[in-house]
Amino acid sequence: MTALDRLSLDIGPGVTGLVGANGAGKSTMIKILLGLSPATEGRASVLGLDVATSGGAIRERVGYMPEHDCLPPDVSATELVVHMARMSGLPPTAARERTADTLRHVGLYEERYRPIGGYSTGMKQRVKLAQALVHDPQLVFLDEPTNGLDPVGRDEMLGLIRRVYTDFGISVLVTSHLLGELERTCDHVVVIDGGTLLRSSSTSDFTQTTTTLAVEVTDTDATPDGTRALVDALTAAGITPHAGTEEGLPGAGHILLIEATGDETYDVVRDTVAGLGLGLVRMEQRRHHIAEVFRPQEAAGAKGPAGGVGPTTAAGTTGATGPSGSAAPGAVGAGTTAQAQHAPRKGGARNEH
Amino acid sequence: MSTDRTSPGHGGPAGPAAIGTDTPAGASGPATGAGPRGDTRIHNIGYRGYDGARLGRAYARRSLYTQSLRGSYGLGRSGKSKVLPMILFAVMCLPAAIIVAVAVATDLKDLPLDYTRYAIFTQAVIGLYLAAQAPQSVSRDLRFKTVPLYFSRPIERVDYVLAKYGAMASALFLLTGVPLVILYVGSLLAEMDFAEQTKGFGQGLVSVALLSVLFGGIGLVLAALTPRRGFGVAGVIATLTISYGAVSTLQAIAWGSGSPAAVKWIGLFSPITLIDGVQTAFLGASSSFPGELGPSAGAGVVYLLVVLALVLGSYAVLMRRYRKVGL
Repeated sequence: MTALDRLSLDIGPGVTGLVGANGAGKSTMIKILLGLSPATEGRASVLGLDVATSGGAIRERVGYMPEHDCLPPDVSATELVVHMARMSGLPPTAARERTADTLRHVGLYEERYRPIGGYSTGMKQRVKLAQALVHDPQLVFLDEPTNGLDPVGRDEMLGLIRRVYTDFGISVLVTSHLLGELERTCDHVVVIDGGTLLRSSSTSDFTQTTTTLAVEVTDTDATPDGTRALVDALTAAGITPHAGTEEGLPGAGHILLIEATGDETYDVVRDTVAGLGLGLVRMEQRRHHIAEVFRPQEAAGAKGPAGGVGPTTAAGTTGATGPSGSAAPGAVGAGTTAQAQHAPRKGGARNEH
Repeated sequence: MSTDRTSPGHGGPAGPAAIGTDTPAGASGPATGAGPRGDTRIHNIGYRGYDGARLGRAYARRSLYTQSLRGSYGLGRSGKSKVLPMILFAVMCLPAAIIVAVAVATDLKDLPLDYTRYAIFTQAVIGLYLAAQAPQSVSRDLRFKTVPLYFSRPIERVDYVLAKYGAMASALFLLTGVPLVILYVGSLLAEMDFAEQTKGFGQGLVSVALLSVLFGGIGLVLAALTPRRGFGVAGVIATLTISYGAVSTLQAIAWGSGSPAAVKWIGLFSPITLIDGVQTAFLGASSSFPGELGPSAGAGVVYLLVVLALVLGSYAVLMRRYRKVGL
């Protein structure tokens, strides 16, 4: 079975998101980078060290937060993290000091002395993050850190991940199957599917093209069909809503999807709604599901096998180097990249709820 | 600087103004317990990096060994998990203490129980201890998937296996060796022959060391096969008691049916009779086989080879097992 196929990638400092559907090869990539699962061909290096020969030295300087539950319930967070700090080579005193510091930074206070078995999912995720940070690594791999968290917990975790880089100075490679949440957290996003590189670009590229705004308004006596009136008014103001509507959701048929090109879009929508005297039920940024990026891939695959092979070789030979990553594979695999950007407009936005 | 600002008067509408003027002073020093608004920010000392020593792989392996060994006696774990190992430890030491008390009180010339016989005599307790603690040591990491946390750190698979194996064998050695120490000290207090007692004590220690390594390996292999603690406990108990029961029954049948030569070969098939055979052949012990038909030095070599093969085999199985569960 091939988990990763000719994937070339260069990741710089900062927060990098690795996005892919389940089984896309995200965890396999982390295993290879930790020097735990040798790649059948090719090479990889982390912090300038070759994974094939310097696995131990790499693992001393990086942290890893597994995707699944990995905490024994009968010990306290402090005991576990102290032990893990020592397993990373920290002397006993330093291990205790770093544990207290790290647990405080991830937001665990008095409860850190209680057995982990009684923690909420959010607290467990924080303990998992703490054990990855306790030895002050230069880089951390976070495998699906927002798994199982409610929306508030997700936002907190994403904020924490952002702080790991901005405040702690530790570079982050974070995986998720949700593109939307990584857009807001990462400097750079890499999308992989079926073990091949689909896209690698800085997040500003992503957000410019994929931010979709959902707007829902009430009907009033003056304007019985508020939605229609708003569409007309917005079109007059130079904003064209998506043709597609959301189906099978509350408010179906009444939600307008608008491409947000910048802050001014929000202002225009607000002013237009206010001008029509309508009630604004919601105006929210839609999180895009990763499926949107994949949809054109399927379309390309249907045309013939060449469509699938093209981008693969592009990724393998050209490589995506740093911030210019979006340009490099784009030169050869242009078809795929371009279609991916148009996906929301074609099929109507599918959302993550 | 900070203490004179701790008055509660800072609350309410006056707060923002007061804090606005205080801010430059407050920011310059690590003040604690100031006005109600400034508190959170002042307390939040930022992230500090770590520039100290990183002691590497050997230290990590040692830490894991120490933690596992302590854990085998419930140290550093909950009070509940200390109960069973401590009771079993006490049960192991009690007969030795009684023997010593009797020997000292009645001025015996010799210990009523050989050093080498002690572990054979208390094998049920050793088996129970192993059944309780081997799953505790390895099944927990498998069940709660803690293993990846270890393997994402400098240690390698071999370090993990060696640390766990070493810790289990050491825990068993403590369990079986301490009673021998009690016997030895007691025998010296009772003024028995020093040279003879020292020799017996030394032979006893070698015997229980071998037993600890053998039993530790078997226990860990059985426990590591399953993430379920209960299966591990049952597996260890079943393996030890069934093999011993079968071997001693067959030995009795062979002895009774007039083929005493078979007795010593049947003894190869259970851990405790293996140890019995080795110490009969090489450590001057009297065999507990029927008719005291323990192996001679020649057959003893076979016993020793089987013990070594089992120990190395346990190690190999553990290494193989952790290759799969790696991450």
